[in-house]
Parts: sequence; C-alpha cells; structure tokens
Amino acid sequence: MNNNKSFITNMFHKNGRALGSIGYFTLLMAIFLIGAPEAWIRPNLHQSVFVMMPTLIFLTIPLVFLVASGEIDLSFASTYAVAAYVFALLVKNGVDPAICFVAGVFTGAAIGALVGTLIVVFRLSSLVASLGVLFLLRGVILLLTKSRSITIMEVENHWIYPLLVGKFYGFPMQIFWAALFVIFCYYFFNKHVFGIHIQHVGDNSVSAEQMGINVSAVKIKAFMFVGIGAALGGIFTTLITYTFFPTQGFGYLLLALAAVFVGGTPYWGGLGTIIGAVFGVGVIAYMEIGIIAIGWSGEWRQFFNGLIILLALLGHRLHGERVR
Amino acid sequence: MSQFFLLMENIIELNKVTKKFGGITALNKASLHVKKGEVVGLIGDNGAGKSTLIKTLVGVYSPDEGDIIIRGKEVNSWNALKAREAGIETVFQDRALTPQQSIVKNIFMGKELRYPFGFIKEKKQINEANRLIREIGFTSKLINAESAVGNLSGGERQGVAIARAIYNNAELIVLDEPTNNLSLNETQKVFDFVLNVKKSNRSVLFIGHNIYHVYDISDRFVILDRGEVVHELNKENVSSPEELMKIMRQTIISH
Repeated sequence: MNNNKSFITNMFHKNGRALGSIGYFTLLMAIFLIGAPEAWIRPNLHQSVFVMMPTLIFLTIPLVFLVASGEIDLSFASTYAVAAYVFALLVKNGVDPAICFVAGVFTGAAIGALVGTLIVVFRLSSLVASLGVLFLLRGVILLLTKSRSITIMEVENHWIYPLLVGKFYGFPMQIFWAALFVIFCYYFFNKHVFGIHIQHVGDNSVSAEQMGINVSAVKIKAFMFVGIGAALGGIFTTLITYTFFPTQGFGYLLLALAAVFVGGTPYWGGLGTIIGAVFGVGVIAYMEIGIIAIGWSGEWRQFFNGLIILLALLGHRLHGERVR
Repeated sequence: MSQFFLLMENIIELNKVTKKFGGITALNKASLHVKKGEVVGLIGDNGAGKSTLIKTLVGVYSPDEGDIIIRGKEVNSWNALKAREAGIETVFQDRALTPQQSIVKNIFMGKELRYPFGFIKEKKQINEANRLIREIGFTSKLINAESAVGNLSGGERQGVAIARAIYNNAELIVLDEPTNNLSLNETQKVFDFVLNVKKSNRSVLFIGHNIYHVYDISDRFVILDRGEVVHELNKENVSSPEELMKIMRQTIISH
C-alpha cells in the first residue's frame, strides 16, 4: 500500500458505503428537481414523505444492526402489527396511552427476543425461520381481530399524542423522534460495546467467541432491537392515523429491507452504516412519492426500486470484496 | 521460602480433563499445569489433541469431566471471558481476528476500554493500539491502528493477535502454533516476545509441532498423544532437540 493513497483509501473505507447512498439520494433528488421543479417546491409533497420516513427509519436502522451481526429478519413486518394491536387494544380498553405505548414496545422486544432465541438456539436459517414467523404472527393477528380494524380517536386528548406525533411550529414531531433515534443508533452502533460486538460477531463469529464475546446473546439482542424498532414504527403509524388495521406493516417489509441495502450495508455481515441507512430510507421514501410528482404513473415505482437495489449491490461490489 | 512458594505457584491446572466430540474422545484424563514464570512447550503429533487441550484450558470448550483450578481455586462454568478475566490471553492458531474490522477494534475485541454504560474510549484505544503495534514491530509504518486487518500479511496479523495478548499484562499467554506460516525474521520476533514475557516473570504455554522451535524456548515439555499426556520432562533432562524428538517418538510408540 502506498502512503499517498492510504489516507484516501482509509477515508473511503470508513465512510465509502455511506457516501454511496448519499450519492444515490442526491442523484435522485436532482432528477426529481429537474423533472418536476414546481411539484418539488410544494411543501405538501415533503409532508407526505415526513409521515413515511420516520416509520421507515424505526424499521430500517435496527435492521442494519441485525444484518451487520450476520442475520436477517423478515418477521418485523408482523411484529409491527402485533405491537400496534396491543397498543390499540389497550387504549380501546381505557388504559392510559402512555402505559399502552410501553406495553407495545415491550411486546415488540419480547417477540424479537423469542424469534432470536428460536433462531440462535436451534441454529435455524434466519431468513426461512423469520419468514415463517412473519406469516404465523400475521395469521394470529387476523384471527384475533377477525380482520377488523380498531380506531382510537381518544388518544388525541392525551398528552402522548402531541408529544409523539403532534406539530411543533408546523413541524411533525415524529421527525424529531426519528432524528433522535438515528443519533442514538449512530453512537450505539459505532461507539458502544453493543454495536462493536455486533460487528465482530457478524465478521467472524468463531473469533468473537474465542475472545469471550457471547455470540448467541449478541444475536438475540440484535433481534430484540429489531422488534423494538418494529413496535415503534407500528405505534407511531397507529397514532398518526388513529387506526390500527390488521394488515398494517406488510407494505413496509420489502421497503425497509431495500433501504438497508440501498443504504450501503452489505449483506454478508460485519459491516453496516447508520448514516447510509438514513439516506437509503430517503431514497426509498422519495421514490414512493417522487415518481408520481414528476408525472409518471405509480407502476414505475417498483421498477425503479428494483433498479436502485441492483445499483446498490453493484456499488457494494465496486466498493470492494469482502476481505477475509 | 515465600519467594520459593511464589515461584512454584500454579497459574492454572487442568486435572484429569476429558473432552468428547460425538463418539470421539479428543482428551482422555489429561492433566496439565503451568507455573508462574515458566515456559511450557506442549508437543505432540497432528491430532494428538493439542488444540483441544488449550481450547479447554482457555474456556472455548467446556470439559465433559475433570477440574480446572486457577491459582489453587477450582472454578465452575469456565468460559473464554472468565479465562481472560483471570489473566489468561491466547494467540489462537487461526489468530481469532475479524478481518473487516480495524486493528484497534481487533486488539480490544471483547475487552474494550469503556466509559460507564458501555460506551467506548475510542481515542484512548487508538493511541494504545498505535503504541502497541510499534512496540511489537510486526507492522509496517504505513499501517495504522485504523487500517483493516484484512489488508495485513500473515505476520502482521500475528502481530495484532500478540499485541492483543500483551495489552492486558496477562499472567499466562497461550500461543497455539505461533510460528506457523511465519518468515524466519518473524519467527525470531515471536521468540524474543516469549523471552520478554518470561523475563517479566509471567508464563507462556507454547504449542508447536516444530520441535526445534519448542525446544529453544521452553523450560519444560509436555508430550501429548491421542488425547493423553504421556510424558513430562524438564529442559535439564534433555540435551538437544534431537534427543527430545527421540524421547517423543519412543513415548508415543510405547503408549
């Protein structure tokens, strides 16, 4: 390695994966801005993104932790609905919404811990096992609710509503909470033992085990974190719309996964980027709205989502093979 | 008298340890101890159970039978973290590194320098790591603590593993085949390192199948065959590596 190069390579190595997704985001915004400048300056376009982005952030960022630990989870899209169901049901039964909120988050954590334990203890494939849990939990929800939704208009009168999803000088509060969540996760992933151990475990679990890291515990905690994120996403969305509906969250399954990989976290474990994931979420969220805004039909959305995932994967390749 | 006692203290003792994998007995009532300040050479053929023995010793495997005694005290539920907390550091045969992570992360893997609530003292770790890799002298000047381990050569990776082992002032350093795949120069560095550790009255357990390497630096030899400790002898009783090899061959044949 030559000396001149090493500073740039080091810098690229540390931030390159995040830079990639920032690049995609900038490119996308530029295309939309050129394609439909008049639509782009209207604030209501960005407002609809502001509803979607926080939820997607709560789902996507914890997935970065899990993917970096060398596992994957699909069941979060159903955990989302279970936690929201617990929340809505308790609110409907007159329980204080603040307690319902905590109960919902705990439900998410518990489901995550269960899924993680199942996968780690029995050494199941996390892809297949969590696919099973995805359907199973969704089935449970549909059976319990008999496919009926729950409306909770009453939350509006409780202090939790303005605090979590109210407006602050016209600015939706959920954006603030999502930003706080991102900052917390950034430090949690990069500067905290939890995140560092996740990276070691995902990189080489045998080495981590030999150095005294409890690999199973680290993985189970990562699944738990995904459960917590899913619960937050579910509860926030339920609050914003005043409604729990049994198919809630299913639409976010592929979007959140796409955001992880578009965000620059490679699929093979050991590496991940929180900042990248935020821009990954930005790309996915604006894609959902921007395509329509520039006057193309909604059918193009999926096409471009697919295209950008493939580009992101090529980006992983260009950035460098996995070193062993 | 007290100094004599200190000199004779066992850092660790394995007492009649048995370890089975499925139907195969990898260790059969093997006993081993390491005293303070001594270098023990563990030798034996491929498949003799050397790696299993040391992985049991450092808590990666848990034994099916037998006791593990640390400084005179029997321990229950021995594991890799407890071994490290007891002052035993290991340079594993596979180096136990995570190649996509930086050198500093690898050096502090599992024993990160922490603030309260588990946050990491990143700056201090980087400074310490830079100092360590210079001290070890294994890595070229172009590489710093934040370079990824995957870009290093075999010898440099070994240097990172050794830096990790010395950082915590371990009482006992276990080296599993440390001279494998190393150049002559790098091998010499490993020897110097072992002698330094010994000089500071700490102990080394050295595992190797190169008898010449083991003979040069060990005070005592333990010969392992098919999972059993078949012979133990002090350096004073062996005049040359050739003689050690002869003894080893004889004990294995008669075993």
